[in-house]
Amino acid sequence: MTDWIDIAPLEDVPRRGARMVKTAMGCVAVFRTAEDEVFALDNACPHKAGPLAEGIVHGKSVTCPLHNWVISLETGAAQGADEGQVATYPARVSDGRILLDRALLRARAAA
Amino acid sequence: MTQNIIVIGAGMASGRVLEHLFDASADVNVTLFNAEPRGNYNRIMLSPVLSGEKTYDEIVTHDAAWYEANGVTCRFGERIAEIDRVAKTVKADNGDVLAYDKLIFGTGSNPFMIPLPGHDLEGVIAYRDLEDTQRMMDLGPDNKCVVIGGGLLGLEAAAGMAARGVDVTVVHIMGHLMERQLDEAAGYLLRKALVDKGITVKCSANSKEILGEDGHVRALLLDDGTELPCDLLVMAVGIRPNVGLAQASGLAVGKGIHVDDQMVTSDPDVLAVGECVEHDGAIFGLVAPLYDQAKVAAQTLMGAEARFVQKELSTKLKVTGCDLFSAGDFADGEGREDIVFRDPARGVYRRLVIENNVVKGAVMYGDTADSNWFFGLIRDKTDIAEMRETLIFGPAYQGGTPLDPLAAVAALPRDAEICGCNGICKGEIEDAIAAGAADLGAVRATTKASGSCGTCTGLVEQVLAVSLGDDFVMPTAASVCGCTDMTHEDVRRMIKSQKLTSMPAVWQECGWKTSCGCHVCRPALNFYLLADWPLEYKDDPQSRFINERKHANIQKDGTFSVVPRMWGGITTPDELRAIADAADKYMVRTVKVTGGQRIDLLGVKGEDLPDIWADLNAAGMVSGHAYSKGLRTVKTCVGTDHCRFGTQDSTGLGIKLEKELWGSWTPHKLKLAVSGCPRNCAEATCKDIGVICVDSGYQVSIGGAAGMDVRETELLVQVATEQEAIGVIKAVTQLYRENAKYLDRIYKWMGKVGLDWIKDRIETERDALVDRFELSQTIYRKDPWAEHAQTKADRYQPLANLTLEAAE
Repeated sequence: MTDWIDIAPLEDVPRRGARMVKTAMGCVAVFRTAEDEVFALDNACPHKAGPLAEGIVHGKSVTCPLHNWVISLETGAAQGADEGQVATYPARVSDGRILLDRALLRARAAA
Repeated sequence: MTQNIIVIGAGMASGRVLEHLFDASADVNVTLFNAEPRGNYNRIMLSPVLSGEKTYDEIVTHDAAWYEANGVTCRFGERIAEIDRVAKTVKADNGDVLAYDKLIFGTGSNPFMIPLPGHDLEGVIAYRDLEDTQRMMDLGPDNKCVVIGGGLLGLEAAAGMAARGVDVTVVHIMGHLMERQLDEAAGYLLRKALVDKGITVKCSANSKEILGEDGHVRALLLDDGTELPCDLLVMAVGIRPNVGLAQASGLAVGKGIHVDDQMVTSDPDVLAVGECVEHDGAIFGLVAPLYDQAKVAAQTLMGAEARFVQKELSTKLKVTGCDLFSAGDFADGEGREDIVFRDPARGVYRRLVIENNVVKGAVMYGDTADSNWFFGLIRDKTDIAEMRETLIFGPAYQGGTPLDPLAAVAALPRDAEICGCNGICKGEIEDAIAAGAADLGAVRATTKASGSCGTCTGLVEQVLAVSLGDDFVMPTAASVCGCTDMTHEDVRRMIKSQKLTSMPAVWQECGWKTSCGCHVCRPALNFYLLADWPLEYKDDPQSRFINERKHANIQKDGTFSVVPRMWGGITTPDELRAIADAADKYMVRTVKVTGGQRIDLLGVKGEDLPDIWADLNAAGMVSGHAYSKGLRTVKTCVGTDHCRFGTQDSTGLGIKLEKELWGSWTPHKLKLAVSGCPRNCAEATCKDIGVICVDSGYQVSIGGAAGMDVRETELLVQVATEQEAIGVIKAVTQLYRENAKYLDRIYKWMGKVGLDWIKDRIETERDALVDRFELSQTIYRKDPWAEHAQTKADRYQPLANLTLEAAE
């Protein structure tokens, strides 16, 4: 069973925006779409490790601020002609709060 | 054996339970309590009563005759004081004690009243029952009413009162109306329709206080200081299940009264139905599930097997002239795709959310004729793989018509201005085409449309295509991005001529093919909207590249560079000390002098930005906008202050120009320079706008470049005074802001419209251009660093720090 950690209220992340969460093993970008869905991905573009949390969010994608790679928030895969993959993590909204899976931290801490 | 049933609450759900019992001729003896002094009426039809389309008598579901015929003992206007579940009795307000075999809760819900200061004033009401409706109906025409809440109920209340001639303002805390049922695009269309009905709509508006006078409501005060005068204030922000009595009786209660699939509460002899219940974590406000619950409860009472199952829900707004439908789920979930269809001509918007070839959600506006068909697809989880291509067009189009990219232009009225330079409307172009003009050249020759700056060429061609059909072959022009078939120029013309003042408005009226644009079109639209509608449009940081969103330049390692402004390249020992201190304090890796005569601090961590800005602000420095598509620097030489060749005070003019122009957004970056003599030490002739001082005055030239392209500026005009030079520069900057394509530097724009056209416009419209520039600057000539350091500093910090968590 997924063990969810309460991270922050949903409104702390702007619509079509993202914020970064620090973990012991690295930074995770938490995205909020126009429809109030949330997604969590490693905060590093597979191209040149650009901070995805600073990108423009459109639909269910984010465009990396460094070289405009477009990354799917759902799969973490680079879109179009680019090839690459970002790790994704379970995230959800419950009662207006953003929840992340505690396991992602454990797995990374153990790695 | 006859069952004694006591029902608490004569609402739509409990009423339906009774109907099922009587229809099945169940052997029951019913006593019905209701706090409202009347029986069951169709509460969801209160809105048509309010708007005058129906009367109360028409919405009564059960009249006295019905109750009598079915042997129901009615105790209306009476409350239950307490319940003894062990003895299985209820005690009425007047002390009567009645025994029951089964007890049914149908206590419904209470409107939620925001506890704003003044919420208890006379004239502050909810929208819940007939009394509230009557209050609204009694408010005569020409009175003012404020409705807090832009959801289903609030909008129905607003529309109903507007239909009665009341001056209504809707105040909604979210960015668009009915945000739980609608996306932004449909919210935009709805808002437009309500505004057409004379209703004022304020979104993203926070209520602060209700102001009163002699105990009666006088106005609503918003966070931003706006006062909205009103004679009546309606709060329609939501409902809460009415669980007080259930709780006092010791029943299991969460958000609502807990029930199982048979609608039985934690007490096997007590059932509950309707808005007061909580089933599997959900509470209910729409009528369809309430009726399902009623059916199940009746079966349970008659000893039959039945299960209540939560189903997909759909919403329709009961406002005449606003056809709107929303169903299913269009959020939360992975692997989902959108299909979007917009027909600007008919004001139609449709959006389907698909997952694994099944429709999960649908939003429709304008044409909801097919809504039941789509709702059926959602409910039945129909596999739509076969009809996917044409699905969005509805059942009639299975077989397929392609989407018409010309719909947006076809939709324009005849008086829509197409050519802004020459004031030519669509109708005049159509007339010219009807009179024989069959190509762009002919239209230009007869009407002058697109003959000046040429940016409306695309629209003129589309009018030709719409008018001539297959007889006209459209030249292909590059569209903004994959989200639209329109070019930048077309979109700019649409924004101006159709007065589109929001992004959802552009998406809808220009037929965007995606739900919310992409990283290519959004920054462009954000600029066009703020440049053309500085007062109406609010800048959207989420549609800006990171540099403009965080007011610093991102570097390849994710750190930022910070460049404070040095007006005209002039600094002081105090400023330099403050910069040096900041560089030490924030461990700046590199300190560099830039080509724009100022100092760049490279390698500042994103989290430190608000702090370093606050330090620089404290020393009197502001953002240098070194990151913006906007005014960068005004480079100067020392001019007459020190130089033996200087002809004018070039430094002074540079500082004045920078202080006038700073903070303005432009299509691309804008660099200026002022040289004190033709020796041109400030290199003014390769800037976007350059000034060369001469004995007789100032030569203003434009269109230089020293990047991938290298160009020399061309002379725009020579003027005698500093004031005139500043005026001309503001005017040409505004002309560029209003007309150029996003990401075109001045030289590129000049290459398209021609220097002569620019000269002509500056000559004839200088003052108006300056006025419009100044208007925009009243909003944008301010320091974003100070604003962010003071009010948005937390946004620069991580959302959470879980490093400790993981270490445990």
